[in-house]
Amino acid sequence: MSPNDLSSYLVIGAILFALGLFTVLTRRNAISVLMGVELILNSANINYVAFSHFGSGNADGQIYAIFVIMLAAAEAAVGLAIVLAIFQLFHTIDVEAAETLKE
Amino acid sequence: MNVATAVFYLIALITVVSAGMVAFSRNIIYSAFSLLGTFMGVAGLYVFLGADFVAAVQVLIYVGGILVLILFAVMLTHRITDVEITNRAAGRIPALIIIGVLLYLLIQTVKETPWVKAQEVIYAATAAKIGDLFLYTYLLPFELASLVLLAAMIGAVVLSRKEIKE
Repeated sequence: MSPNDLSSYLVIGAILFALGLFTVLTRRNAISVLMGVELILNSANINYVAFSHFGSGNADGQIYAIFVIMLAAAEAAVGLAIVLAIFQLFHTIDVEAAETLKE
Repeated sequence: MNVATAVFYLIALITVVSAGMVAFSRNIIYSAFSLLGTFMGVAGLYVFLGADFVAAVQVLIYVGGILVLILFAVMLTHRITDVEITNRAAGRIPALIIIGVLLYLLIQTVKETPWVKAQEVIYAATAAKIGDLFLYTYLLPFELASLVLLAAMIGAVVLSRKEIKE
């Protein structure tokens, strides 16, 4: 484990991925599930930038990381709009309560 | 152990502990604010990896945009004064077993793979290089990204507007 070691970044990414997956699997609150998705996307980004830094040395991995950040922003906007619409319809955002698309 | 290694350990600790609080906290407000520590820690890791532009984008979009959006959604959907557990979790034991096995396999793979040693890296500003790549090699995905953002924006507006009953 040191800043000049690829495996330390990969281990941090793996821990973030596992915690994000745990959040997605166990939470019953839709916003918490979205938080878990953000953790998973961040772990993937760490891997992209780390491989770009230690591998070829060019900036391709950083480009992919920026695309992932951009898609995460789009996903958060649409996902939270859906969550708010579900809240207006069912008055809860428990993912087990909201199992139909209409009232 | 020099200063850089100590700072690296500190940033890694902040990242992992905040992510753990996101996953295990019983209150959704604590989870949402812990996400701040994770995003800032990941930005610090990007700085260690020589990706200054990605670190700046991470702080701007994740901390300035997505986190504020999540906090808005939390505050709009909960009565914060409620003392009950706002962040229910179910099926923790099977999930813990699954992610334990997964984490063990991932870390074993990372430890046992003979990674190529990095060549000597010069830390230089990457913004110019990234701009060139966006406007030459990745021009089509770049334009598609702007279309995706436009579609997402319109979709969010359509979804969250009030339905007017006639």
